[in-house]
Amino acid sequence: MTEKKIRVLVAKPGLDGHDRGAKVVARALRDAGMEVIYTGLRQTPEMIAEAALQEDVDVVGLSILSGAHMALAPRILELLKANGQENVKVFIGGIIPDDDMPKLKEIGITGIYGPGASTDDIIRDIREAVTS
Amino acid sequence: MSEAVLQTQPILQGNRLALSRLLTQVENDTAEGRSALAELFPHTGRAHLIGVTGAPGTGKSSLVNQLTLHYRKEQKSKVAIIAVDPSSPFTGGAVLGDRVRMRDLSGDDGVFIRSMASRGSVGGLAQKTAAFVQVFDAAGYDIIIIETVGAGQSEVDIARLAHTTLVVEAPGLGDDIQAIKAGILEIADVLVINKADRPGVENTERALRSTLELAHPTRRVIHHHGRMMTLEPPPAETALWIPPILKTIATERTGIPELAEAIARHKSHLYQSGDWSARDRARLRSELDAVLQEALMNRFLNGSHREAYEQALEKVIRREWSPYEAVRGLLNGG
Repeated sequence: MTEKKIRVLVAKPGLDGHDRGAKVVARALRDAGMEVIYTGLRQTPEMIAEAALQEDVDVVGLSILSGAHMALAPRILELLKANGQENVKVFIGGIIPDDDMPKLKEIGITGIYGPGASTDDIIRDIREAVTS
Repeated sequence: MSEAVLQTQPILQGNRLALSRLLTQVENDTAEGRSALAELFPHTGRAHLIGVTGAPGTGKSSLVNQLTLHYRKEQKSKVAIIAVDPSSPFTGGAVLGDRVRMRDLSGDDGVFIRSMASRGSVGGLAQKTAAFVQVFDAAGYDIIIIETVGAGQSEVDIARLAHTTLVVEAPGLGDDIQAIKAGILEIADVLVINKADRPGVENTERALRSTLELAHPTRRVIHHHGRMMTLEPPPAETALWIPPILKTIATERTGIPELAEAIARHKSHLYQSGDWSARDRARLRSELDAVLQEALMNRFLNGSHREAYEQALEKVIRREWSPYEAVRGLLNGG
């Protein structure tokens, strides 16, 4: 009954206004028994890091379709670290070119998911990352 | 003590990460969380607790957003917001979306927003909401706003927790009969009609006003069987608080200073009438009761008296004992 709940912040940084993917993932994580804090559109990296701090989340899920991932992701990781939350696992969903994936993994992004990714895979990877 | 004991000093000094982590420990009811709560408890009792409740879609989160902006700008008060949303009864998961309406508050170190899933509690709050309030109170937040899950008619726990309870309505949500029903309207210290630019606002206001008049006697003249009659209220021993009705449009910031003023009036009324300490007493009593109840249940369900409980249950199932006899047996013999 008091098993620890996985808390996930689902955030949409950047300026594109397409949040369908983020909402689908939020719902799938809820159905997997997680507590999802949904922040809505057009969040700055600072807003995301602040919300992650206040909500004490285990995971931050970023939805990025704008192509700005190479600017946004490092900045968010940096802010999480500055707040003492380097243990928070960061996942990205959206349109990420193949060439950028290794670079993002290298700076510390835990998982990257493109169009057509299965929510079951995302759920499994989150559980694995949080319990490891 | 073990090294797992949480340090409460950083929390008293305003460390936000330590505060946030303690909230998680408290929510998961860990031993560390409990001992930290015990250490922090002497530092509580200063904050003004404001409850915000009402049906889903009345604009509670937007109102909390604007009210907090007002407090930050006009009074420089530190504000904590506890936003409760329901957990799924089937999966235990939750989508907590109140922050979407509170984005204006980000980047301000004087504001701390924490979303909370109800985790199976009914009544509009989570089981640990009162404990969250204690943590924020000890951490020096002057105002703690508790937003309940979208509440209907019976989610009235907030009235026991908060000093000042706002019930938020919006035009077009229900007919006059809804307003007469007991429950949520009776707990209002301040009634807010949000979205007051919507059609039907006069009807909503009239329905709320007549409900209030039934509940709170005031002097008024009525027309009855062709005769004018004056009704006098019964002599009051202390000044009665009549819940004011305020109209707001949260998305346009209309009516917010007036709402803040009504809340401040209620606070000074509580002080002057002695209700502040009466409410404090009632709140702490219900917290003590809840903790005692949980501990007693745990003693029989998980603890030393488990076996006696199972035996008593078997006797009840065989119809040898009624549930009353079983409880008497457990409490006396167990």
